[in-house]
Amino acid sequence: MAISTSTPPDGAPGIGAERQRRRTLLHRLDVRGAPYAFVAPFFVVFAAFSFYPLIYTSWISLHRVELSTLNLMEWVAFDNYTALWDDDRFWNALFNTFTIGVLSTVPQLLMALGLAHLLNYRLRGSTFFRVAALTPYATSVGAAALVFTMLFERDFGMINWMLSLFGVDNIDWENNKWAAQTAISSIVIWRWTGYNALLYLAAMQAIPRDRYEAAAIDGASRWQQFLKVTVPGIRSTIVFTIVLSTIGATQLFGEPLIFGQGPNGITGGADNQYQTLGLLLYEEGWKNYQMGRAATVAWAMFLVLILVFVVQRIVKRVLARRA
Amino acid sequence: MDKFRRKLRTRAVAAVSAASALGLVVGCGGSSDGGTGGGKKDGKVTITMGLFGVMGFKETGLLDKYMKEHPNVVIKADVAGDEQTYYTALQTHLAAGSGLKDIQGIEIGRAKELSDTQKDKFVDLAGVAGTDHFLPWKQSQVTTADKKVIGLGTDIGPMAVCYRKDLFQQAGLPTDRDEVAKLWDGDWSKYVATGKRFKQNSKADKVAYMDSSSGLFNAMIYGNSQQFYDKQGELIYKTNPVVKDAWKLASEAATADLTAKLRQFQPGWDPGLANSTFATTVCPAWMLAHISEKAGPKNKGKWDVAKAPKGANWGGAFLGVMDKSPVKKEAQELVAWLTAPEQQAYLFKEIGNFPSSQTALTLPAVVDAKSDYFSGAPIGKIFSAAAQEIPDEQVLGRKDGTIKDIFSQGLTLIEAQNKSPNEAWTTSDERIEKAAG
Repeated sequence: MAISTSTPPDGAPGIGAERQRRRTLLHRLDVRGAPYAFVAPFFVVFAAFSFYPLIYTSWISLHRVELSTLNLMEWVAFDNYTALWDDDRFWNALFNTFTIGVLSTVPQLLMALGLAHLLNYRLRGSTFFRVAALTPYATSVGAAALVFTMLFERDFGMINWMLSLFGVDNIDWENNKWAAQTAISSIVIWRWTGYNALLYLAAMQAIPRDRYEAAAIDGASRWQQFLKVTVPGIRSTIVFTIVLSTIGATQLFGEPLIFGQGPNGITGGADNQYQTLGLLLYEEGWKNYQMGRAATVAWAMFLVLILVFVVQRIVKRVLARRA
Repeated sequence: MDKFRRKLRTRAVAAVSAASALGLVVGCGGSSDGGTGGGKKDGKVTITMGLFGVMGFKETGLLDKYMKEHPNVVIKADVAGDEQTYYTALQTHLAAGSGLKDIQGIEIGRAKELSDTQKDKFVDLAGVAGTDHFLPWKQSQVTTADKKVIGLGTDIGPMAVCYRKDLFQQAGLPTDRDEVAKLWDGDWSKYVATGKRFKQNSKADKVAYMDSSSGLFNAMIYGNSQQFYDKQGELIYKTNPVVKDAWKLASEAATADLTAKLRQFQPGWDPGLANSTFATTVCPAWMLAHISEKAGPKNKGKWDVAKAPKGANWGGAFLGVMDKSPVKKEAQELVAWLTAPEQQAYLFKEIGNFPSSQTALTLPAVVDAKSDYFSGAPIGKIFSAAAQEIPDEQVLGRKDGTIKDIFSQGLTLIEAQNKSPNEAWTTSDERIEKAAG
């Protein structure tokens, strides 16, 4: 409130020069220091919970160390990294993370766009629909994944029962690679579509109505209006959701873990058919108890994210130049 | 003047925010005093316990009984549902030296790792009075090289075969438990051969002979004194004929389509029990409670228990006392009481956890026990006999639990993903190298 005041405090007459000087100093400290004090909590929390773990993780990743004997660390330099590079499981997990990411992100964002477009019309009970769209997001990963696991169960699951009405034989959702990845993606889609739809909706409402009117006068259909007015109008929001979803997809963990349940969840299926990078990290750290190798996977994930970010920037720049 | 006051307020806010930021850091630093939760206060002794699964102490009211008999003792037991989660937390607590309870449960698959790497953190229970009644091999599993005992045995898992009388009958097989036992007497391969007969004659085409091939694999390897490791702690699973034979027979059952392609205790298995999708399962004593609960009242009397081809032990647990505990003496007394013959017999009667105490095996409550749900099968006699057949020495290894999981998954590769047994073996072998090497 008064941080920006720059006039010196009015000193009562008769105060000594010394006191005056101290007061000026305090004042300066107040004006200059207070902002730092205000932002300090963030940096302190960041240092304690993000920066320090990051550095310590990289330190651990250069050692061979087990969870039960964390005090015994054996220096192995970059062996963990070269081993990871040569490990089929890493490339398999990276590929799975990518495919599950695409399988979940693309339909999810397209559906969110459509849903937002529908919600953007004037319709009765719109608030209800908007709240309803957000409900899946409010559900915990665990609950959602458990319910979907039951739905996708091989012998007595509801989805196979419904498919059997159409003459489709029992699908072994868990043991078939693409079936499993589709099932897991459906959990992600179910949880995040409404959330993204509301982001789009908010952006859509900021588009001036007269643009639609002008388009309508020019004879544009609803579909043309959507393509030519709505989508360009919310382009930055779309980019934002793509970035968010990519980060989310890279860290995918809870859904596949619970989908598999027990030892199979940790390894992402008996054949690692749906093991993501997050699961690989968990398997190394909390099933094999090899903390050094787990830390290496964590750093690899970090590097992958940076790579994705860089590629995204380059693509954006190239596209901008072409436009 | 007003301006001055405002200034003061700013300063106060700044000071508070700085202090709270510092407070956060300090708060994170000193989170524990290194205790185990227990202690003595106002003449009352508090003992904390960390348990997993259904060990039965809390569930059957044994802890309440102890507290009633010892009015000055308060027991607080935390029960984790999943052993994997429990053990991960236990390892973290052991490494950090905080968050431990006075008494911690130890699953058999972890016993070797804990007695190898963490023995200093446990109290030596070797000399505790009245604890010389265990089966000899049980005690040896938690005895370190220098004769320190880090835990006292709770239950063991002698095995039998649980089967469905009605399904056996419509497949033209005998239903009487003694005759059924004769079908596969002394040899697990006869159990698989019976399965082929079952498959041929069964009129219900959706019913498999057994639930999963990994149950058979477990039963075969656990009937021998050495499994994945030898006495020196070296991995021998690659050359051990026991493991090879078990793998061969289990994968034969899998490729012959005798299994329901389920994984025990995983989704699909419970509804399989309730909806009768398989006719037999290899069952350690502690599994009976699970079967009767999940198969439900409508299948009561359809199940029966027959002697397994060979005695084997699957599972079991121990209770250890932490060295840091401020109530070591009281905790030891509690552990000794909980694992005493009378209590073990009581737990067997209540929930089917089979005693690891030799004395308990002679008590009438155990010997004469029958199961109503399993057609009145004399489970006390059947499992006692199986327990006698378990080899006197059981060599455990550090990563037994993990290796068992990997082999189960290897069998799933054959069962559900149509991999050849050779391919599945190679994959399992590589995984074990990574997990245990």
